[in-house]
Amino acid sequence: MSVTKPLPHDAAPLHVSGAARYVDDIPTPKDTLHLAFGLSPIAKGKITAMDLSAVESAEGVVMVMTADDLPFANDVSPSIHDEPLLSDGSIHYIGQPVFLVVATSHLAARKAARLGKIDYAEENPILTVEEALAADSRFEDGPRIYAKGDADAAIAHADHVIEGSFELGGQEHFYLEGQAALAVPNEGADMLVHSSTQHPTEIQHKVADALGVPMHAVRVETRRMGGGFGGKESQGNALAVSCAIAARATGKACKMRYDRDDDMIITGKRHAFRISYKAGFNTNGHIQGVSFHHYAICGWAQDLSLPVADRAMLHSDNAYLLPNARIESHRLKTNTQSATAYRGFGGPQGMVGIERVMDHAAQELGLDPVELRRRNYYEPAHKVDEKEPSQKPLGHPDPHEDLTSRGAVEMGNAPVRPLPAGGNTTPYGMEVSDFELHGMTDALLKSSDYTARKSAIEKWNAENSVIKKGIAFSPVKFGISFTLTHLNQAGALVHVYQDGSVHLNHGGTEMGQGLFQKVAQVAASRFGIPLEMVKITATDTAKVPNTSATAASSGSDLNGMAVKAACDTIRDRMADYLAERHQADPATVTFSDGHVSVGAERYSFAEAAALAYQGRISLSATGFYKTPKIEWDRIKGRGRPFFYFAYGAAITEVAVDTLTGENRILRTDILHDAGASLNPALDIGQVEGGYVQGAGWLTTEELVWDDAGNLRTHAPSTYKIPACSDRPDIFNVALWDGENREDTIYRSKAVGEPPFMLGISAWLALSNAVASCGDSYPALNAPATAEEVWRGVQRMKGGI
Amino acid sequence: MNITFLLNGETVELADVDPTATLLDWLREDRGLTGTKEGCNEGDCGACTVMITDADGHKALNSCILFLPQLHGKAVRTVEGASGPNQEPHPVQQTMVDLHGSQCGFCTPGFVMSMVASHANGATDHDTQLAGNLCRCTGYAPIIRAAEAAEPHPVPTWITDDQSFSCSEIPRGEAAGRGAEPPFLPTSADELAALYTAHPDATLIAGATDVGLWVTKQLRELDPVIFLNRCDDLKEITITDDEVRFGAMVDMNRMGEALADLHPSYAEMIRRYASVQVRHAATVGGNIANGSPIGDNPPALIALNATLHLRKGDERRHLPLEEFFIDYGKQDRAPGEFVEAVSFPRQPDRLKVYKLSKRFDQDISAVCGCFNISVSDGVVTQARIAFGGLAGIPKRATHVEAALNGKPWSRETIKGALPAFADDYSPLTDMRASATYRLETAKAMLERYFLEDQGEVTNVLEVSA
Repeated sequence: MSVTKPLPHDAAPLHVSGAARYVDDIPTPKDTLHLAFGLSPIAKGKITAMDLSAVESAEGVVMVMTADDLPFANDVSPSIHDEPLLSDGSIHYIGQPVFLVVATSHLAARKAARLGKIDYAEENPILTVEEALAADSRFEDGPRIYAKGDADAAIAHADHVIEGSFELGGQEHFYLEGQAALAVPNEGADMLVHSSTQHPTEIQHKVADALGVPMHAVRVETRRMGGGFGGKESQGNALAVSCAIAARATGKACKMRYDRDDDMIITGKRHAFRISYKAGFNTNGHIQGVSFHHYAICGWAQDLSLPVADRAMLHSDNAYLLPNARIESHRLKTNTQSATAYRGFGGPQGMVGIERVMDHAAQELGLDPVELRRRNYYEPAHKVDEKEPSQKPLGHPDPHEDLTSRGAVEMGNAPVRPLPAGGNTTPYGMEVSDFELHGMTDALLKSSDYTARKSAIEKWNAENSVIKKGIAFSPVKFGISFTLTHLNQAGALVHVYQDGSVHLNHGGTEMGQGLFQKVAQVAASRFGIPLEMVKITATDTAKVPNTSATAASSGSDLNGMAVKAACDTIRDRMADYLAERHQADPATVTFSDGHVSVGAERYSFAEAAALAYQGRISLSATGFYKTPKIEWDRIKGRGRPFFYFAYGAAITEVAVDTLTGENRILRTDILHDAGASLNPALDIGQVEGGYVQGAGWLTTEELVWDDAGNLRTHAPSTYKIPACSDRPDIFNVALWDGENREDTIYRSKAVGEPPFMLGISAWLALSNAVASCGDSYPALNAPATAEEVWRGVQRMKGGI
Repeated sequence: MNITFLLNGETVELADVDPTATLLDWLREDRGLTGTKEGCNEGDCGACTVMITDADGHKALNSCILFLPQLHGKAVRTVEGASGPNQEPHPVQQTMVDLHGSQCGFCTPGFVMSMVASHANGATDHDTQLAGNLCRCTGYAPIIRAAEAAEPHPVPTWITDDQSFSCSEIPRGEAAGRGAEPPFLPTSADELAALYTAHPDATLIAGATDVGLWVTKQLRELDPVIFLNRCDDLKEITITDDEVRFGAMVDMNRMGEALADLHPSYAEMIRRYASVQVRHAATVGGNIANGSPIGDNPPALIALNATLHLRKGDERRHLPLEEFFIDYGKQDRAPGEFVEAVSFPRQPDRLKVYKLSKRFDQDISAVCGCFNISVSDGVVTQARIAFGGLAGIPKRATHVEAALNGKPWSRETIKGALPAFADDYSPLTDMRASATYRLETAKAMLERYFLEDQGEVTNVLEVSA
């Protein structure tokens, strides 16, 4: 079978030869036009006058558009229509698109976009948590609260109480390929859009609304992205819509790509959080209750901030059974880029909160941090009675709502009624029945030689005054499913040709994760044919409609199942036909080793396909899948939002220079749960890459805005993602040998986002190293840049 | 301007090129070779890496900040030309596929070309060779495995063949545009001196690692321009018993190699200075002449008591390097005058250079502290200390030096000298570091120098698990 094989990425030969095409590489008609936005230089205010004459008369400029020139919807929001493509007169952040330049070249458009003369009536921007709270500037009416038991009472009665507050910075996606789109006008009112997007259906929907046409008039194609990481779930809307309206207005193909600075200045990033916590523990280390306040900096538009902040709340337990918990989440509206989806979608922020609590408590109680964590784990995996959720009655949806976006959340406020305390349940009342971390933790501690290394580090720290070492363990339990339940569906279209070759499409997009290869492996396995006979082509809204974003780690789970369903439909038809021909039972027809066997007869798959064709059997089928068992009420904060959990555990060792705070990762050991992996090589790639990206978020990747709201770190010269030598010197990654307890595609597990959070162990290891400089808790903020680590050292030494 | 170069084995002759057209734009937009990618357009991500071969050998360079005239007489190889004439993959392409070195694939062409160049040069310090290539997907581990796996494979002939082009087909000294109307491509310091005297408003382009950004980021139109890259006599490195002298056009990789034995700490700083690609282009003269307060060479050279050699026409003058930097954005350089060389006296190595940045590799310094402290019989005989990042110019720590000179080389002396830092510097807060952090770590660097001298482990890069 093709599944479980460690095959290379299907496009790897194209990647290494430069032949893999991205949007900007697609050959275009000679008279293709190029677009650029004129951006607001102020963070908040009103436009009082706009003189674009210099823009219009600049060399190569064909057309300049403002909000007044947009024929239909001036809206690129994936949620509540609060994000105009071009400013409607109000300015909400520095970098907001104000006008659109259409020119004969990319350079001409960029040059002209800087020539706008616009007067503004400036207002004081809201940039910080304090300013937003003071102005009650927020999304939703008030904080959202999920609660279980009585956290305050439990904390009050606990033996030990810890509390603190810390800043957790955002993160730039830094996909290597910037946002890009190309619109080609077709006959009539039809439009073809090539978009570097994780969500072609969303692009289709927004373009259709902007053009005033039904969705059937817009076809969106996405062959691949040069990285997405969540940054291309909603942020591509503006470019695709701009290209489409300009293409409609000019009758010519239009292309837009942000250069790196524009990309970083215009588009949203991971949400920065402030998290404050108070927790009570008994003397043997069992947590009694915990209370969190999340303050999420959401930026100027709602985008996907509500489900992001929800997911942060849903991961405030991580791996730990919290008998009493209360999470209060404030979604603050600020005059900065609209924060958006980023790998983990709020989960990492929530998880950092509880890991901070565990770390702080271990110090306070004088317990080994690993032991303290294990004492608070959920119960090991066990069978529970499950019932299918009842279908909620649906109202009358508006077809213009963003039904396929994660922004389409239910709004409203209900009084919070805490769930009962106790049970092996999450703070939102979901039974945790598949908990793998007891065994994984044992295995990782052993393989990494944790205990001996911890002693060696203590010895090193006693002998060295400048360089201190630290080591830390952190587990991951990450919920898999879109929390907006209806998004958990997928479609596929499979064709078997008369020569036995297979062509398939599904709703997922390829951004480097190897989704196409995994899904092709599924198809090859269903038909029992070599992988070379299966081809997956660009994601296309005309092939598979109404898709969900390739997000929430769901790509393989959803699309793999949909493709399996389509393949099985065709296989069953072929089996029925051949069985009838040979007077055999269809159940005895087998598909393996490139052959179809029926009774004593053995056909090559190509022969079988040709026979079926001659027998007038349809060799094309769609497939569909919807995730079972899930139901979720985000207002009440209860239900089963996740089909299952993916698990992982990491141990990181670091060295810190206490003179300057410079630091390095010396060794990392990871054990990750990908279920029965569809492709161990691709999955390990996700784990290694996810870890380094997660560690980058919490160490060197610092976003800096000045007092006016200017993002000062808008290029790789100032925003530092990990470079080659920042990966751990020793980097041991293994997959946990298990299978999904739920019935997923070949019992595999989602692996896109969960490993990102293994990087938390790097941040905790830095804290551990700094802790060796004194007796208190270092209380590091994130990212723990060299400067932040140095500040931690100074705090420990009583310097500042 | 007419130029000739070899592109993936084929000779390309271009007439009337725009002198500040970048190789990247030309490849993608004019030539239709879209394998080379734009990731940042400022030389910081490496997605646009190509291999340039000339008489000096094979070099990885960022095509986004490489102007077409700089290619004249050289061989260019892009990712499309990494594989052989019959599409046989280059060893690094094969190992990248086999060992899962690509995910989204967008950075991959740049990685492949950096690896093709380092493979051709037999370089195996992969972390350093690939420091200028950013990857957001893989976490780098599989890429390093691929680079290691390719090491034993022989260098393909189509790669080695590039070398013969640059050496034979374009005669040295023959450069279109020479002496004609701008843009100019002089081939000696004398020609340059004459041209620049006649056109003092011209922009000098050495390696284009700074000027390139004026074009790609500030969208400036530069006219006229003078390219210095064919002035071979400005590329000389002269080391005598008394003096070490670098011509202005010595690139940072060559400078690093030359300093490896003389002043290893300086060489180590250069290893972390930008990336291989940038160091192949960046020159010591450019790093001094642009007057940046955060250039890493000036403080190190000042600590070595360097002399700057300036030339205008046939007039030459020299001055202590520190006097060249007058104020932020202001240098002691007359119109038409250019940096010809920098030199410093041979001396016992007491130099330590501490480059402090958010990321170790390819990051601009928040603070670059350079200490050259001679000690004799337990007494400080001469302290020369200079910093980048603490003032509007690279600046000597004269008060700190005074607090050390003539004192016993002891913890107490160090402690006593620390308050003097505030007399020398009042740094700024910016996106790289706060003022407090800058000043306090500058002090910590002096402590580090002392502790290191006492044999303590103080370098986090030298520690392992």
